[in-house]
Amino acid sequence: MADFFFGLPVLLQAVLKGIAVIIVIFPVAAACSMAERKVCAWIQGRPGPNRTIFPLFRGIPGMGVLQRLGVFQLVADGLKFLFKEEPTPGHVNKLYYTLAPVIAMVPAFTTVTVVPFGAYLGSAGSVVPLSLANLDIGILAVFAVASLGIYSLILAGWASNSKYPFLGSVRASAQLISYELSMTLAVLPVFLWVNEPGSTGSLSLARVVEFQSRAGFWGGTWFLFTMPVSAFIFAVALFAETNRQPFDMAESEADLVGGFHTEYGAYKWALFFVAEYANMIVGAGVFALLFLGGWNLLPWVPLASLLGWLHHATGSALWLHPLVAGIVSIAIFIAKILATLFVFMWVRWTLPRFRYDQVMRIGWQKLLPLSIANLIVYTVAIALMQR
Amino acid sequence: MAVIKVERKPLSLAERSYMPGILAGMRITIRHLLGRPDTMEYPEERPAIPPGYRGAPTLVKDPHGREKCVSCQLCEFVCPPKAIRITPGTVPEGAGVDHVEKAPQAFDIDMLRCIYCGLCEEVCPEEAIFLLNQYSMTGYSRSEMVNHKDRLYEMGGTLPDRHFKWDVKKAAELGAGGQH
Repeated sequence: MADFFFGLPVLLQAVLKGIAVIIVIFPVAAACSMAERKVCAWIQGRPGPNRTIFPLFRGIPGMGVLQRLGVFQLVADGLKFLFKEEPTPGHVNKLYYTLAPVIAMVPAFTTVTVVPFGAYLGSAGSVVPLSLANLDIGILAVFAVASLGIYSLILAGWASNSKYPFLGSVRASAQLISYELSMTLAVLPVFLWVNEPGSTGSLSLARVVEFQSRAGFWGGTWFLFTMPVSAFIFAVALFAETNRQPFDMAESEADLVGGFHTEYGAYKWALFFVAEYANMIVGAGVFALLFLGGWNLLPWVPLASLLGWLHHATGSALWLHPLVAGIVSIAIFIAKILATLFVFMWVRWTLPRFRYDQVMRIGWQKLLPLSIANLIVYTVAIALMQR
Repeated sequence: MAVIKVERKPLSLAERSYMPGILAGMRITIRHLLGRPDTMEYPEERPAIPPGYRGAPTLVKDPHGREKCVSCQLCEFVCPPKAIRITPGTVPEGAGVDHVEKAPQAFDIDMLRCIYCGLCEEVCPEEAIFLLNQYSMTGYSRSEMVNHKDRLYEMGGTLPDRHFKWDVKKAAELGAGGQH
């Protein structure tokens, strides 16, 4: 199977990988929207969407649970978005209006490819990361491509030719630019530490996880514990970058009707929605890789030793099989992403929105100096430690 | 009255970072998330109706199964939105209701007009009209939303009566030889 895949022409492989990304991320992002509605409902003391079911499925055991979880509501929503009438307002710039949701999807799906999502044990017990494109410039590629997402907001706001979308897109772009700086600066100490003197320099995300799964107390510590300030700044900037509450300047439905997508409906609107959740998933994934030890179950318990323990405990060599190891690592990583996404939603339904001036003040006057100070402190500390 | 000057304290560093407030808020919301929902899943679950609830107005019969309404039309006159319409009629001979003089020939309550004020119940000298606990009325047309007499009696049923006002009166009349 694997040999057959790698025997295919490179272009065909790329197309297949791309389709795989779309097939996996699109439903997952849609499921996130349902999770969001459910979390919102539970926090507000409601049961949430729990009525929809296909008539044929009624009475099949187990379907009741799915119905209560709103799974069929998700399908119904998706179908609605696909089939509902989609009027294009007369005052918009048709080309850019249509282009904006497509452009929103591009960075969202492109960044997925460079995020390693699991690992398997190669020969001689080495941990080989699984990713669609294991780039050596990993984090740089994520930041570079994710920033392109601004263009979709600006295009959508400008092409809509209407004041609320325009205001929303202007706010959103200002916000994204402001928080990108602190985000990048917050990550730098991690890579300063990872790229020890004597090793070949790399910005690969898999390398960071590898670094967090070494032996010893300091080796197995997650960066969340050694660099809490970095993790905090990165998390706050992540909220801002993904336009999530309390930083959802782009939407702020109270003052801007619907923000940049006011003039959008049906499937184009759904594309923006999916792109937002895909961005969140990638952001949560990068956070898990950088600060939560990636596919290591617990701090000081790297994947290799976890599988080794399972092998000893059960006496079955199955645990060391590359496929099983891959599944275990992917499950751990996905669990971490889901936990992070839950925190995203939890915060969204807890906090009110910051005012625009507060957003700017937090971004430029608080987070940026804090991240620069953090960078300087860690640079000096790392220089002293690794001398 | 003396003016008390309240000193406005500057925010502490922790307060300015928003974090204590955010964490306190998140603690509250997670408690709600883990708790039971406050809502009722309506068509399956019904709320408990407290005694004295003012639902749809209905007509009731006395424990002997006789209709109590004597079509005095007080409710019709008092009804603020004019939802009640009564056509008075005579009491049929030998129908077992000859203790009274009149009975409604038709009794319509338009539930699209009714405001559930309960004045009809309050004004009724016969205790014949009661607002009972039915609160959910649906129909496909306006005419379907008008409750006719048979429907009103079906909804109202029989309520206990402590007085049997007309029986007492009739007995007294008979005992006193036509004078009471």
